[in-house]
Amino acid sequence: MFGQANVLAQGEAAFPPSVEDFYLPSILPWGAENSYWFTKITAMVWIAVGVLIIFFLVSYRKPQLVPTKKQWFAESIYGFVRNNIAVDMIGHAGVRFAPYFTTLFCFILLTNFFAILPGFQISPNSHIAFPAILAVISYVLFIYAGIRHHGAGKFIRNSLIPPAPWYILPLLIPIEFFSTFLVRPFSLAVRLFANMFAGHMLLLVFTLGGFAMLNANAWFAPVSVLSWVMTVALTFLEFLVIVLQAYVFTVLTASYVQGALAEEH
Amino acid sequence: MFLLAAEGGEASHNPIIPLWQELVVGTIAFAVLCFVLMKFVFPRMEQTFQARVDAIEGGIKRAEAAQAEANQLLEQYRAQLAEARTDAAKIRDDARADAEGIRQDILAKAREESDRIIAAGKEQLAAERATIVRELRTEVGTIAVDLASKIVGESLADEARRKGTVDRFLSGLESAGAR
Repeated sequence: MFGQANVLAQGEAAFPPSVEDFYLPSILPWGAENSYWFTKITAMVWIAVGVLIIFFLVSYRKPQLVPTKKQWFAESIYGFVRNNIAVDMIGHAGVRFAPYFTTLFCFILLTNFFAILPGFQISPNSHIAFPAILAVISYVLFIYAGIRHHGAGKFIRNSLIPPAPWYILPLLIPIEFFSTFLVRPFSLAVRLFANMFAGHMLLLVFTLGGFAMLNANAWFAPVSVLSWVMTVALTFLEFLVIVLQAYVFTVLTASYVQGALAEEH
Repeated sequence: MFLLAAEGGEASHNPIIPLWQELVVGTIAFAVLCFVLMKFVFPRMEQTFQARVDAIEGGIKRAEAAQAEANQLLEQYRAQLAEARTDAAKIRDDARADAEGIRQDILAKAREESDRIIAAGKEQLAAERATIVRELRTEVGTIAVDLASKIVGESLADEARRKGTVDRFLSGLESAGAR
């Protein structure tokens, strides 16, 4: 968005926005194209990591039985994921996974939230690399948990062979394999990525569209205003999507783990 | 859109292909986050939750123990109280019995004493009466004899006869008085 602002200031608002708007110039080395080690996106990821670590370490420096406000807040985040996601979906065994789920949830929530945070205004999750990493971890996690719990043979049998008559199995086994072992990581990654990508694109369209109208003809000013009002409304929608997607990603991961640990198919 | 960007002559990006640099950065960053939070924060939260549960359960247990002890003490006090009541009743009964016994003793002694006094008085009275009667008998005899001798003279002065006559007369008097 800093880049965008500069572009706007120079009066060359590119409309319609394109995929290239997601690939901002490098910060270090400054302004370089196609250098991705230190961009706004990676900087935001590091900031998110730093903020979360500092927040949790500071608020849990001296845990007390009767919590302070900060401690209570940190505890209720963990308690929410632990009780409402991990234990609800997996049962008592889910407590083991609660720390990872909470880390995952907080990371996605905060990086998603950068999409509407003034000054940041783009989510790292609109680059598929980050959702992909998280999805791969979830994928490895549920397979590992399943194999650890059942042993490889039983886990694969459980996952691939549904309780169905034998003559339908040749059809079902490939479908199960496809849906469980091929589609899951992609659907996880793409769902989060596409939501954040589309959200950013929508906000860009309405924000830049307002400027485009204004530049085209001063008589379009009311339409520009309408466009910006839409931006505000869409920001609220985006907030909903941000929270929902963080929740959905965590819940789906928990559900995969639950499926892997389940005794029956 | 993608085509437009490509036509724009810039290096074009496919949003569905991850950038490997971002994969590396994201992996490291997320690994650091996981390491710190899962090692230093959430296990301590679990510990705190556990400590909280222990504190509550321990509190309940302590309260139960205290309650049990209080109940036991109450029972003990009740038993002691009942015992004390029995003792008191016994002491009262004993005291009452003692008092009754003492009263009876005193009464008996008093009765004995009075009987003794009365008996002594009666004896003395009888003795005095006997003495008086004896004296009177002698005197009355003498007087009567003197009188009679004065009346009838010396003829009746015979000793033996005089004595028998007077005694007979007095016995007659006595038996007449008693009747």
